[in-house]
Amino acid sequence: MKLVSDSNEVFVKTATFKATRIINGHSVETVGKNNMDFIISHRFDRINRGFEEFFGLDAATNRLGLEYGLNDRLMIGLGRSSFQKTFDYFAKYKLLRQSSGSASIPLSVTLFGGYAIRTQKTTPQLSGSDRSSYTAQLLIARKFSEAFSLQLSPTLIHRNRADIFTDNKTVIATGIGGRMKLTKRTSLNGEYNYVLPNQIDDNYKNNLSFSFDLETGGHVFQLLFTNSFGMTERQFITETDGSWGSGDIHFGFNISRTFSFEKKSK
Amino acid sequence: MKQYLILPAFILIFNFASAQNKLYSSSKSEISFFSKAPLEDIEAKNTRANSIINLSNRELVVRIPVAQFQFKNKLMQQHFNENYMESEKYPYATFKGKINEELDLSKTGIYSVSSSGVLNIHGVEQERKLSGKLTVGEKSLVLEAIFEVLLVDHKIEIPKLVFKKIAEKIEVSTTINYSPYVK
Repeated sequence: MKLVSDSNEVFVKTATFKATRIINGHSVETVGKNNMDFIISHRFDRINRGFEEFFGLDAATNRLGLEYGLNDRLMIGLGRSSFQKTFDYFAKYKLLRQSSGSASIPLSVTLFGGYAIRTQKTTPQLSGSDRSSYTAQLLIARKFSEAFSLQLSPTLIHRNRADIFTDNKTVIATGIGGRMKLTKRTSLNGEYNYVLPNQIDDNYKNNLSFSFDLETGGHVFQLLFTNSFGMTERQFITETDGSWGSGDIHFGFNISRTFSFEKKSK
Repeated sequence: MKQYLILPAFILIFNFASAQNKLYSSSKSEISFFSKAPLEDIEAKNTRANSIINLSNRELVVRIPVAQFQFKNKLMQQHFNENYMESEKYPYATFKGKINEELDLSKTGIYSVSSSGVLNIHGVEQERKLSGKLTVGEKSLVLEAIFEVLLVDHKIEIPKLVFKKIAEKIEVSTTINYSPYVK
């Protein structure tokens, strides 16, 4: 039996997170080669709107997203949010993959770069450049056990024009997110995006979200509660105005469906 | 100084010579499985299996790293490893058995063979008798076998909440090329 052991074997940790998002923010995961993910996300209005608005369910924003794996490390994606009629484009690259065996790597590291532009008409009308924002993230995660994964996401967001002119155009933040598996197919996720002090207006709050993930065959469902309405980095990291304490909580979900365009399994 | 060198060299040559005509190890392998499903057929391929045949006692060992099965749909691959095979807990599927027929490698040709032994998948052992064919060439062997695995035999659970039904029986095809074992 000893003879059949292969000393060059490398065990890459897979499925640090179930989906390419922890909740709002990106996870270290990318979609596989020639695989496409179609993501439908909804955020309903605030729960504290009360019964008349059916606890926020009467109004909603959505984001439709497509993500495609160019290879097993690099993926590209785009999305369109109804909130501020935002289009977003991004690329994600897996720099390091947590592995054991002959190559031992303790962490997974993924680079994220994104661009987003609002297209909603405003008065006065702003130029395209003024409506643009850029995001760079270093996603660092470790799967500590089968059930528990943790991620740190140092983030840099640049807005060519901030909504409040006293805000910094470039904002430094850091996200922390984790998941705890409940069963093989379900997990609880939490995510907090901390904006370093004295950069944005005090009325803005840090984004905090919790979700319950359920995975069924080709779908991943994330049922979530968050204090942000928007789903692009600029919106939920630097422009969250809801407060958990006052009940400004949005119920929402992300549903992702994977399609494969790989012709042969190899 | 000389004797320090001679002894290991001697052991090496001796080992090599004695092992050469008894042990065959896999040089190339392909393990695949297939299962018909309504929405999308489930199939995957693994080329990272290792195997040894010991001709002196006709023992056969196959070891397959489960996480190396490659699927077209990577989410399916993730589910296979995470939910069905639990491949971090049970990283290998193995077969340890004995070839039932006498083998005569002096004549090249194709022989029907069978092997009785223990198949371990998902950490659950099952006594199995697998049959296949063995192609004997000059200094090479090719072992081909097709067999079925019942998920329930290996305590692989099918969740109640899946959108597509998964077959309870999976057909596994194996092709392993062997060459004389070199240390």
